Amino acid sequence: MVKLEVDDLYKRYGAHEVLKGVSLKAVAGDVISVIGSSGSGKSTLLRCINLLEQPNAGRIVLDGEELRLVPAKDGTLRAADRKQLQRLRSRLAMVFQHFNLWSHMTALENVIEVPVHVLGVPKKEAIERAEHYLAKVGVAHRKNAYPAHMSGGEQQRVAIARALAVEPEVMLFDEPTSALDPELVGEVLKVMRDLAQEGRTMIVVTHEMGFAREVSTHVMFLHQGLVEEEGNPREVLAHPRSERLQQFLSGNLK
Amino acid sequence: MILDFSVIGENLPQFLRGVGVTLQLLFVSLAVGFVWAVPLALMRVSSSPWLNLPAWFYTYVIRGTPMLVQLFLLYYGLAQFEAVRASLLWPWLSDATFCACLAFAINTSGYTAEIIAGCLKTTPPGEIEAARAAGMSRLQMYRRILLPSALRRALPQYSNEVVMMLHATSMASLVTLADITGVARTISAQYFLPFEAYLTAGAFYLALTFLLLWLFKVAERRWLAHLRPQRR
Repeated sequence: MVKLEVDDLYKRYGAHEVLKGVSLKAVAGDVISVIGSSGSGKSTLLRCINLLEQPNAGRIVLDGEELRLVPAKDGTLRAADRKQLQRLRSRLAMVFQHFNLWSHMTALENVIEVPVHVLGVPKKEAIERAEHYLAKVGVAHRKNAYPAHMSGGEQQRVAIARALAVEPEVMLFDEPTSALDPELVGEVLKVMRDLAQEGRTMIVVTHEMGFAREVSTHVMFLHQGLVEEEGNPREVLAHPRSERLQQFLSGNLK
Repeated sequence: MILDFSVIGENLPQFLRGVGVTLQLLFVSLAVGFVWAVPLALMRVSSSPWLNLPAWFYTYVIRGTPMLVQLFLLYYGLAQFEAVRASLLWPWLSDATFCACLAFAINTSGYTAEIIAGCLKTTPPGEIEAARAAGMSRLQMYRRILLPSALRRALPQYSNEVVMMLHATSMASLVTLADITGVARTISAQYFLPFEAYLTAGAFYLALTFLLLWLFKVAERRWLAHLRPQRR
């Protein structure tokens, strides 16, 4: 069953073309790693999927429902129907590089916020669900702490619990370990590995080649706004065909 | 120099009534000013010039003119016009308490709006992005993320505004009201004891300031806990 389909996505900033026709298809249970050097467009691709950035062309289909887009004056595409966009966004949970937890709320309040106020889940049930997910990512003991009082690894795990709490169709990870101290990367990767093994559908923009190789079901290498090479991570990463990917990997050997 | 505080002691009930008047002026003007300041602040952070410019102009004019001038314009100035005296609003506009509250509320709304707008603008962009990505509507974003976060961060600056307003209410004595300063003026004139009278007034303001600052400290402990460095 196809969960997410992105078709021929283009994105320009002025004269600079960041994405030049990128397509992606995620079947339920797929874990797609998107790799590439900085400036290759991988974060932009992720941010176009939930319209945090407006693409210039392309199609986005979530679970068979196409996001209706209309051109705006500046040549980008906007959601035709705000309500539809909000509904689709609430089923596409995103985990950010800098966590982006709401700083005036405790960990628990962060996790119940969207279920209660966007999805209309009764508060009692949302709290039970939140405690379950906080325990799952190993930060149940920090549920009453504010983000500023937690370590980066704890904050990112709370952010993952916040994403899980909406029970999303697809989870989008935007370099989730890039802002973490090296010794905290492992705890976050372990949580993501567990999620992958549960069969969750995930799109992960990452620099962690180990994760891309061992956990993902599919890897996409972006270069200058195009998919340069993609396929089974064990094959693609072990025997890169394109020169670009060979260069990229030799700089990223681990 | 001999100070005579026996007169102050005899007139203490008057001073206490003065404290009542001062607090009434303060709280009414703060409440009205705050309710008015929130929409103004939202207009000030809007990207639409139709919303932004009028709010900018309002806060610019209010903050650019002395409060005493604003008060005199309302209380003495408006009475000059026949149309105002004939209007349905006259019973209110001829009332000194109403005019003082209105002038103070308008004044504090200008300053408070700028404080809140400043805090809205410094909301971390990542938090707004997370709200958008979660599917929140604009209204939900303001109600759940932007305003709660900004109002908390506005507390320290707002406590200054409240203390300044407490002291500014002393201008009410110039439009005949018997607030703390008004009582001090009367007693000073009656007994010719200006030093004792104004010293007493000062002591009352000092005590009220202390009380207000303590209340804000309690409020900050409760609502700014998320920004306090933590002892571990």
